Amino acid sequence: MNATTIDKTEAEAPIRSRHSIQERAPGALRHLATRWESLLALLLLAVFVAGGVTLPHFLDPYNLLDGTANFSEKALIALPMALLIICREIDISVAGTLALSSVAMGLAHQAGAPAETLLPVAVGAGLACGWLNGFLVTRFMLPSIVVTIGTIALYRGLASVALGDQAFTGYPQLMADWGQGTFFGVVPRSFAILLGFAALFAIVLHATAPGRRLYAIGNNPDAARFSGIAVDRYRLGLFMLTGAMAGLAAFLLTGRIGSTRPNIATGWELEIITMVILGGVSIAGGVGTIGGVLLAVLTMGAVTYGLAMANVPGIYMTIVVGVLLVATIALSRLLRGKPRSH
Amino acid sequence: MTFLRQREAVLALMVVALVLLVGARAPVFLGVGSLANLLTDSTLLVMLALAQMLVIVTRGIDLSAAAMLALSGMVAAMLAASNPGLPLALVMLAATATGLVLGLVNGWLIGMLSLPPIVVTLGTMSVYRGLVFVLSGGAWVSAHQMPAGFVAFPLERLFGLPHLVWIAVAVVAAMAFLARHTRFGRDLYAIGNAPHCAAYIGIPSARRLLWTYGLSGAVAGLCGYLWVARYAVAYTEIAYGFELTVIAACVIGGVSIAGGIGSVAGAVLGALFLTVIGNALPVLQVSPFWQSALTGAVILVAVIANGAGNRKRSRQILPLHQTDPSPLRNRA
Repeated sequence: MNATTIDKTEAEAPIRSRHSIQERAPGALRHLATRWESLLALLLLAVFVAGGVTLPHFLDPYNLLDGTANFSEKALIALPMALLIICREIDISVAGTLALSSVAMGLAHQAGAPAETLLPVAVGAGLACGWLNGFLVTRFMLPSIVVTIGTIALYRGLASVALGDQAFTGYPQLMADWGQGTFFGVVPRSFAILLGFAALFAIVLHATAPGRRLYAIGNNPDAARFSGIAVDRYRLGLFMLTGAMAGLAAFLLTGRIGSTRPNIATGWELEIITMVILGGVSIAGGVGTIGGVLLAVLTMGAVTYGLAMANVPGIYMTIVVGVLLVATIALSRLLRGKPRSH
Repeated sequence: MTFLRQREAVLALMVVALVLLVGARAPVFLGVGSLANLLTDSTLLVMLALAQMLVIVTRGIDLSAAAMLALSGMVAAMLAASNPGLPLALVMLAATATGLVLGLVNGWLIGMLSLPPIVVTLGTMSVYRGLVFVLSGGAWVSAHQMPAGFVAFPLERLFGLPHLVWIAVAVVAAMAFLARHTRFGRDLYAIGNAPHCAAYIGIPSARRLLWTYGLSGAVAGLCGYLWVARYAVAYTEIAYGFELTVIAACVIGGVSIAGGIGSVAGAVLGALFLTVIGNALPVLQVSPFWQSALTGAVILVAVIANGAGNRKRSRQILPLHQTDPSPLRNRA
């Protein structure tokens, strides 16, 4: 027996004892998970190669970094959304929360609040919206999709009541600095913030006990509760986290476009959920990684950027994303065969 | 008192009370013309909510309804604009058939491949909406390009009521029959209540789902023509975001998102309720900006009221067998 054969057998069957309990089923699921992210990475690479070959300025680093602006704010909300979907919950109301947070900042600014307080105002408003979602879901045991379909109408409605047919403009320079500015003259601040939060979320989800508990809740909420996990507290916390991140996104987006209008971030909720699902997070809960979500975000961003550069209308992008979404899950289902459960 | 325990009866009383309340503040709201308008305005939402109800009853959801409506509407508008001589019945058939095909694509993916409905319809929603743009090249089809008969049909009157209302009445009757008196309809409830048991007793779930989503598409297609003709314009963003309003109407009508529960009367009343709110605000001279916020509040109140029965059940650790059949009914 030489060294290479040992390595090979260990790689194929890491646990030899028949008494050991594995974290999850060997083979299929794990195989698929690694496959999904590698598939996405390949797709991202293909987009870059195709773009680099066909478009002269596609690979220009300044252009590329500038192009991150079109997805950074959405991706910031996609991170907590991934955690929610892993927990078998969903938040449709994020775009409404974002609109209401932006309006809260506009009102605070009008009332003469100093520029430094606007970020806490936005995050606070988001937190409050998230708390209401989480409270309704946990206290009344309601399905989160229904609650958040109700609250998106409520939040967006309140935002448009406050705005009427007006728009808040004239935000302080500080917000423009964060929304449009760069670090070291090249890296957009919103993109840097996104990378920082992605790292933080990845560590929490994949390397801490609370992160593992989220998977436990997603796999079987009742079993998780019986094993001593405060399931409702986690749910409430995640909704509040999602609200707070939507508030942060509102700060950056409002800073970038310099105004609050009633149609701010229309339709973002479904784009964000698409990002998360394309990233390999299962809508049935319990499966998904932050790395996958980030890869999906970057792939979608690169395609949007490439199409914009080729002067293709943005709506073609929605077709591409829709086909990608359906094709990826259909493909994985066909490869895996028919599932037993619904 | 058992009468009042029925969700639909309470909802019907609430709709009537709301109409009377608004009428007390602004008597013009109770005029025949105003009420006829209310009925006409509610028709599209009523039809879409009914189709959506059947989908939700199977534990599914159809987020692509509004996109299918937009695509079929565009097909109808472009067909009529380029062939003004085409009989109207053929145009309507084309719109319905377009919707049916789009719906069957959803149904095939969801039924035959067992993919999660929310993901499939989220994806096809983007695709269908994008196809409207591809088909029209981003251009509008406006009133002067459409034949006069095409635009006039929905609001033309028959026995004093617009065609729209008659079509909606026919759809409501057909759906009520389908849901209560056909094997197809009863199977949908079985699938929604217990998918595994439905499979064990021999219900062909995949085929049922295929045609349920197909039906949802066909209704959306018909509504696509009606929408485009009623508002006399077709463009990429028509009915944008309307899918959430349709689902909201179902939720208010007591259709459980967890499947297996829902009635035609509930969905119709939910749609009427939302339309009354929408039409009452201008009459009461309340800023129309309040509509969305009020709708949201109503949805929340409705789900909390509908969910009140669940609370006891979720604390119950072991299922009660034979002794009490009520937990089955209360699951939501």
